[in-house]
Amino acid sequence: MNQAIRNSWVAAIALFALLFGAISYVQVVGADDLKANAWNNRAILQDYCNDRGAIIVGGNPVAESVPGTEQCGFQRTYPQPELYAGLTGYFSQNYGATGLEQSMRDQLAGSSDQQFLDRVGQLFLGSQPKGASVELTVDPAIQKLAYDLIPDGQRGSIVVTNPKTGAILAMASKPSYNPNLIATQDPTAEAANYTELNKVPGINLNQNVSGPTGEMLAPGSVFKLVTTAAALNSGKYNKDSELPNPAQMPFPGIAYTLPNYAGGNCYTRNTASFAFALQQSCNTPFASIALDLGRDAIAEQATKFGFGQDVGDQLKLAYAKGNGFPDDLDAPGLAQSVIGQKDVRVTPLQIAMMTAAIANNGVQMKPSLVKTLRSPDLRVIDEPKPETLRTSTSPEIAKQITEWMASAVSQGIAGGAGVPGVQVAGKTGTAELGNGLNNSWFTGFAPANNPQVSVTIAMEGVDITTGAKLTSPNAKKIFEAVLNK
Amino acid sequence: MTQLSTIPKPRRNVELLLLLLALSVGIGANMLVGVDKEKAFDSDFWFQSSLLAVAALAFHVVLRIRAKYADPVILPLVVGLNGLGLAMIHRLDAPGDDTGNNQLRWTLIAMAVAIAVIWFLKDHRTLRRFIYISLAVSALLLILPLVPGISAGEILGARVWIRLGPMTFQPGEIAKITLAIFFAGYLSSNRDLILLAGRKIGPLQFPRFKDMGPMITAWLVSIGVLIFQRDLGSSVLFFGLFIVMIYVATSRISWVVIGVALILGGGFVASKVFSHVGLRIDGWLNAFTEEVYGRQFGGSYQIVEGLFGMASGGLVGTGLGQGRPNLVPFANSDMIIASLGEELGLIGLFAVVMMYLLLFTRGFRAALGTRDAFGKLLACGLSFAVALQCFVVIGGVTRLIPLTGLTTPFLAAGGSSLLANWIIVGLLLMISHAARGPVDTTPLPAGNEPAAESSNKPTEAVKPL
Repeated sequence: MNQAIRNSWVAAIALFALLFGAISYVQVVGADDLKANAWNNRAILQDYCNDRGAIIVGGNPVAESVPGTEQCGFQRTYPQPELYAGLTGYFSQNYGATGLEQSMRDQLAGSSDQQFLDRVGQLFLGSQPKGASVELTVDPAIQKLAYDLIPDGQRGSIVVTNPKTGAILAMASKPSYNPNLIATQDPTAEAANYTELNKVPGINLNQNVSGPTGEMLAPGSVFKLVTTAAALNSGKYNKDSELPNPAQMPFPGIAYTLPNYAGGNCYTRNTASFAFALQQSCNTPFASIALDLGRDAIAEQATKFGFGQDVGDQLKLAYAKGNGFPDDLDAPGLAQSVIGQKDVRVTPLQIAMMTAAIANNGVQMKPSLVKTLRSPDLRVIDEPKPETLRTSTSPEIAKQITEWMASAVSQGIAGGAGVPGVQVAGKTGTAELGNGLNNSWFTGFAPANNPQVSVTIAMEGVDITTGAKLTSPNAKKIFEAVLNK
Repeated sequence: MTQLSTIPKPRRNVELLLLLLALSVGIGANMLVGVDKEKAFDSDFWFQSSLLAVAALAFHVVLRIRAKYADPVILPLVVGLNGLGLAMIHRLDAPGDDTGNNQLRWTLIAMAVAIAVIWFLKDHRTLRRFIYISLAVSALLLILPLVPGISAGEILGARVWIRLGPMTFQPGEIAKITLAIFFAGYLSSNRDLILLAGRKIGPLQFPRFKDMGPMITAWLVSIGVLIFQRDLGSSVLFFGLFIVMIYVATSRISWVVIGVALILGGGFVASKVFSHVGLRIDGWLNAFTEEVYGRQFGGSYQIVEGLFGMASGGLVGTGLGQGRPNLVPFANSDMIIASLGEELGLIGLFAVVMMYLLLFTRGFRAALGTRDAFGKLLACGLSFAVALQCFVVIGGVTRLIPLTGLTTPFLAAGGSSLLANWIIVGLLLMISHAARGPVDTTPLPAGNEPAAESSNKPTEAVKPL
C-alpha cells in the first residue's frame, strides 16, 4: 500500500511539474506573444489610468490627467477641447491615441529613454509612475484667433510659424471635435461618440490626421512660387526677364488651351515681368517657364521645398506623397501642374514650410511644436533646438522671391494682407475644384526684410468672393496680432 | 517503519515559528495592498489582521492540546495561503464591495469548524463508524442543488449552489470529503475481497465484474454531476479521487487503466452530447479565434484575459496592487491564480504552487506514516484531491487543460470551498498526529461498532503488499 501511496504522490508531483511548465510558458516564454496580441489592451490601459503628463500651452494645460475612479486612477481631459483637438489628438481606451497623445506617448507616460533615470527613482521610492509634461511652442492667443477666423461650418486650416526657428505658433483647423468624448472611461459612450463624430465630413478619427492640417489639397497659385524658384535656379531667368503672357496658351495638336485668370489685370499685357506675373497671378507666364525648363527642373525644386517628403513634425501628420509630377506628365499636364492644379497635392503645413523657407533665406527649418519637456518635478528634460531640414533655394533667390511677394501685397491681388507700417510678403492661390468652388489660399510672412511670422491659410470649397474674404484679410489680422505683441 | 525506531517529537514550537512567518506573509500582503490604496493601517486593517492571527494561534493551541504530534508544516502552509487569498480578494474589491470581509468571516467559520473536528473527533478512525452515513450524506449533498426550493438555480451555467437564507452554498465541496470517507472505509474493509479475485490479461490483473461495483458507482456519480449539475471540474475531481483511492487500496494499476479509460470515454461522449462540455473544450483549443473569444457563453474571453494578465506580470510581477487583475472576469475566485500571477509574477506564483505542493506532500507523508488502512486511504485521497483540484484550476487558467469551475483551495473567494478545505486540513492534521505520534495500541474508545474489529487488521507494517 505504501508503494501505491508513493506512486500517487509521484503522479501528483508530475501534475504539478506540468503546472510549473505551463506557468513558465505563459509568464515568460510566451509572454511577449501574449502582450503583442491585438486583443490585449493592457499596454494602453497601463498608461490609460496612469498620471500622464500634461500638454501645456502658454502655462495652461490643454490635455491633462485628473484623478479618476478607484478602478481607473486618472482620467484624461481636454480643457479647451475643440480649439486644441488638432494638436492634442485623443487618448482612448479602445481607439488608441492620435496627435501629440500618440507621438509623445512615451514621454507623456514617462517611459521614454530620456526619463529612464526618473523611472529608476520611482521604482525605489515606490511612487506611482508619472509622465513628463510637454510645453508647446503654440501661442494661445494666436491659436484662438486663428481658430476663430475660420467660420463655423467652413472647412479650413491656418498654420502660423516662426520661419527662423520652425516653431509653430498656431495650427488650427475646422471642423474640430471634442476629444473628451473619445477619452471617456465609459466604453459604451466612447463607442457611440466615435461613430457619431466619424460621420462629420472633414473629421477622420481613424488616421493620424488632425483635421484639415493633414489634408491633401490642390495648392493653386501658391505653387507658382516653386516654379519661380525653379526658373531663377535654372539660370535661364533673372529678375528682369520678360515672360510671354498670352490670354490663352495653346498646345500643339490638341484643342486644350490654358487661360489666364479673367478677373485680374493679366489681360492688360502680352508679356509680363516676374513681378507682374506674381502680383496678378497670371497663369500663362509660368506655364511657358515650365514648358521651357521641363518637368524635371520643376519636380526637383518641389522636392527641395519638401513636397512629397516627410515634414518631420511632431504630430507626424500625413503629407502628400510624391511631388505631383509623375514621369509621364504631358505638356498640358505640366502646364497645369506648375500652377498648382492637376495632380499636385499638398498639406497646408507643407505650404507653410515652403513659405518659411523663402522667408528664412532659402533654409527650411524643421517644424516644431514642442518647446520643453519637463519632468514631474518641473526639471527640464529636453528642449529641442531649432533644426535645419534642408536648403530649398539660394539666399539670393529667396530674397528675390520675397521682393516679388512683397509687391504682390503692396501692389497686387494679395493686398488684403497688408499691414500698415509693415512690409508684408504674400501670395494667394485659388485652386479650382471643378464644381465652381475653389480651395482658397494665402501664404506669406512679415516683416519682409526681417521675417518674424509666416501665415498660411487654406479654405476649402469656397466661391471666389468668400475665399478672398477668408484668406488675405485674415492673414492681416494674424500678422498684426503677432507683430504687435 | 521508521517512526517506530525514533522517539516521536511534537514539533509544536516549529509550527508556532512557521505560523508567525505565515501570518506575516498574509498580513504583510494585506498591508501592501492597503498601502497602495492609501488607507493602510486603519482600524479595519488591525481588526482583520488580529482576527486572523488570533484564529491561527487558537488553532495552534488546540493542536498542542489535542494533536500535539500533528505535522507542524500543514497549518502554517494553509494559514499562509489563506492569508494571501484574503489580501488578494481585499485588493480586488471595488469600492463598496465586501468580498474581502466576507471571505474573512468564512475563514473564521471554517477554522472554527476544523478546530471542532479536531476537538470532538479526537481520532480519525472514529469516522469508520460513519461510512454508510457518509455515503448517504454525499448523495444528499449532491442532490440538494437539484431540489427545487433549496436549489439556487443555475448560476453561470452550473447547478451546484443551494440557498441558505441570504447566502449560497456549494454542497459538492463537502461531498468531496464525505465521499472520501466512504471510499476509504469501504475500500479498507473490502480490500482483500477486491484483491483476491480477478482475471489476468497481459501484465494487468483486471477485477471481477461484480467487484467493479464501487467503480461503477463512482463513475455514475461523476457522470451524474456532469450531466445534472453541469460541473465538469467536480466530476473530474470525484472520479480522480476515487481512482487514486482504489489504486492505493489494491496497488493494482489496472484500476487506473480502467478509470482513465472510463473518464476519457465519458469525457469524449460528454463533449459531443453536452454543449457545456463541448464549449469548454472549444474555448480551450480555439481560445484565440475571433469567434470563440467573442462568444458570450462558453467563450474564451475569460481565459484569454487571464493569460494577458499573467503575461503582463512576467517574471517578477507588477507588484501587489499595481497590476490590473480586475480586467479578468472572476478575478477573485475562478481566476485568482491569474491575479496572483499578474501581481506577484512567475516567482510569486511558483511560491504559491510550491506551497500547495508541500501541503499535499505532507498529506501523503501522513498517509505513509499512519498505521491503519482507513487513515492511509483517507489521507492519500484527500491529499490527492487537493493536488488534483489545484491542477485542474491552475491548468485551466494557464490553458494547459480546459478551464472548469473549480475553486483554488484556500485562495479563491467562496465560503463552501474554504469550509471544505479547512475540514480536510483538520482531518490531515489528525491523521498526521496518528502517524507521527507514539504507537497507540489501545483499541478505539467505546468499541461497540461492528467495524472496530477491522481496525486491528494487520496492515503493511506487518505484511507489506
